[in-house]
Amino acid sequence: MRSSRRPPRALWVAGLVACALASIPLVYLVARVAGAGAEQIAVALSRPRVPELIGTSLLLSASVTVATVAIGVPSAFLLARAALPARGLWAALAALPLAVPSYLAAYGWLAAVPGMQGFWAAWFVLTSVCLPYVTLPTAAALRLSTTGFDDLARTLGRGPVSAFFSGTWPQIAPAVSAGALLAFLYTLSDFGGVALFRLPVLTTAVHQAFGASFDRDYALILSGVLVLIALAVVLAEQLLRRRSPARAPHGPRAAPLRLGAALPAALVLLAVPSLLSAVVPTAILVGRALDAAALRSFDASEFAEALAGTLAFAAAGAVIAIVLALPIGALAARYRGRRVRIVETAAVIPLGLPGIVIGLSLVAFSLTVVPWWYQTALVLAFAYGVMFLPKAVGGVRSSIGLVPPALEDVSRTLGRTGLQTWWQVTARLARPGILAAALLVAVTAMKELPATLLLRPTGTDTLATELWSRTDVAAYGAAAPYALALLVVATIPAFLLSRHRDPEDV
Amino acid sequence: MRALRILVPAALASGLLLSGCAGDPTTTDASDAPESDGEVTLYAGRDEALIAPLIARFTDETGIAVDVRYAGTSELTALVLEEGERSPADVFLSQDAGALGALADAGLTTPIPAELAETIPDGFTSQDDSWIGVTGRARVIAYDGDVLDAAQVPTSVLELVEPEWAGRVGFPPGNASFQSFVTALRVLEGEQPAEDWAAGMAANDPVLTESNGATLDLVNAGELDLALINHYYWYQRAAELGEDAMRAQLAFLPGDPGGIVNVTGAAILTAGVDDPDALALVEYLVSPAAQQYFVEETFEYPLLPGVDAPAGLPALETLVNPGLDLSDLDSVAETQEMLVRVGLL
Repeated sequence: MRSSRRPPRALWVAGLVACALASIPLVYLVARVAGAGAEQIAVALSRPRVPELIGTSLLLSASVTVATVAIGVPSAFLLARAALPARGLWAALAALPLAVPSYLAAYGWLAAVPGMQGFWAAWFVLTSVCLPYVTLPTAAALRLSTTGFDDLARTLGRGPVSAFFSGTWPQIAPAVSAGALLAFLYTLSDFGGVALFRLPVLTTAVHQAFGASFDRDYALILSGVLVLIALAVVLAEQLLRRRSPARAPHGPRAAPLRLGAALPAALVLLAVPSLLSAVVPTAILVGRALDAAALRSFDASEFAEALAGTLAFAAAGAVIAIVLALPIGALAARYRGRRVRIVETAAVIPLGLPGIVIGLSLVAFSLTVVPWWYQTALVLAFAYGVMFLPKAVGGVRSSIGLVPPALEDVSRTLGRTGLQTWWQVTARLARPGILAAALLVAVTAMKELPATLLLRPTGTDTLATELWSRTDVAAYGAAAPYALALLVVATIPAFLLSRHRDPEDV
Repeated sequence: MRALRILVPAALASGLLLSGCAGDPTTTDASDAPESDGEVTLYAGRDEALIAPLIARFTDETGIAVDVRYAGTSELTALVLEEGERSPADVFLSQDAGALGALADAGLTTPIPAELAETIPDGFTSQDDSWIGVTGRARVIAYDGDVLDAAQVPTSVLELVEPEWAGRVGFPPGNASFQSFVTALRVLEGEQPAEDWAAGMAANDPVLTESNGATLDLVNAGELDLALINHYYWYQRAAELGEDAMRAQLAFLPGDPGGIVNVTGAAILTAGVDDPDALALVEYLVSPAAQQYFVEETFEYPLLPGVDAPAGLPALETLVNPGLDLSDLDSVAETQEMLVRVGLL
């Protein structure tokens, strides 16, 4: 549905402003790394452990991505095309891991199996928490895809799998690759999951350099390496997506697949990732919470404040993310060209940055530019808006892309101005997808930790910071109520997301 | 609080005197005089559950409201370094001396008044009064009591490079306390022996962890035989799990570089300069009441003379390494370069 028309000037300006705001962390990083000087960069990158750190980061991100696609696509196929009992339950289960921060899942597992460590432990937990990034958009794309080509391929003598790949796959490939990109970037920039399993990667080295050695130059240079990796992966994904054909129009759909004897196996496939990422770790932590000593330390008013803070900051962050994403998503959905691609790329990059770098960049920015806002709720919400902008852009882009431009043309010929058309036609039709994107940002913001620690107003807490302050001294039991609350609060938007039907929005 | 009643007017008077002496009309403005506004902002790099009750007592006693920002010492240090002189923090409470040294090196601390600084014995506080020591924490070896007898545990970390301990020792190389200990090793044993030790450890298949607590958990779970940690982690775990559930046991290392006593400390930052409330808070942290609180709640060594150490711990004096001054531990950067060279960082 893209057109080659030139975008209206106002949209360009809005898109560039949003992009500039989203680029603050990147600009800060580039300026600081440049300030460190070429010699120091060379020294930092020649440390013997650096190639190993880069290698492990790449290998982990790639293998998590492969696993999420290998498990996520079949799961999505079952959700969208198979006849399942209690379909809503399975869809909600598939979304549940969205509510689980990687550090919480890792923490719960460690409480039960203290010996878990290293690459495969990190791979296991990150794969289970990243699965919805692939499953949800792929299932949504499958619901919209047609099976006409598959049927044609079957009549030409192909087997069912081969027919799927020639008929349906090209229609869902953009959603799969967008989801795989999110899984890759999430793993690349994740800290908690890998740190708890003692796997040295780039993000743990960044935190170590900031933390133990106060060596901020080294930390920022390593963050620069992370951004370059993220940039390369984003560009590769864009190339992949451009090669895919436009989505096919609505057409014939095969009847829901009857699984017969394979049904139990299918249900196990759908249930296991949520069990592993959410249910098991939470159950372990709650088991610890029942310990009397742990319950004594529970303070209801502190808990209520953290809950209120979490909801307020996350909601404000979602609003900011959507406001920034609207012009960028509209440009990406409607127009082509190099400049549009640059804007789109700039909006995705924050996903590859460690949260602590985004936090510090906004400390520097707000103290320099808007000191009176420093350590206010606004700065934290803005950080969420920037960090999770990529998720918002994906949702806005695909939901605007589904609005036929012809409807806008009709509206214009009926005398509405461009702005009126946008508000009364485009925004209204795209609203469900945009709301889903906002939910996704909110649920992700609720579990964010490193930037929250740096930017929250002094004296306020969120469920995530309270959880952190309890896990830090390994008070497993005292941490449990916060872990449980975070899970419950984040499950509601995750559940709503599972009911949403637009592709590429997760 | 008697000291405060003396100190505050003294500081007021000396401040006025100094500004008067300077003869600069702009600095004799009344607003320059130290004045209590009944509020102070604290960045606390220590656990909220342990510190919040102490802060509440301080507010009860003085009426001074404390706005506390809790996070890890490392995050907060990075934060203050980034904020620079615009930091809203009046006081910084740190988990270790190294972070305070980094803030002092960046010129972000203001001197602790000499009368107050002198209450803490030399060797447990900064030499230039840029920060003050609050509690002591000993480095220890935690060992798996189901696998080893106390007599089998090495009495010096220098023994850990022996083949006997290959794959059996865990430590967090990025942790500040660990790096302080390696710095002590460099100071006490010399650069080359220290590097030989670190290289030997790196070659002896160590289990590298992210934190002291996680390392202790491995010993407690029977995954690891020895862990190099700080002593109070054991007491915190024992408080949560019960002493009977502690499979790990502690071996103190008197006289060994691996058994040095490091400190937590407090500094007044740029925003807290001439703020009597900031001074009052720091003063409270080293008051007998607060020192007693640390003994009972966090199992750390009190630094104020006259307050007794937690029961069951070896006397602080027996652990002090006579060859070491804590201010000798400021060369952490060289330690890190060394750890990088041997492949541990």
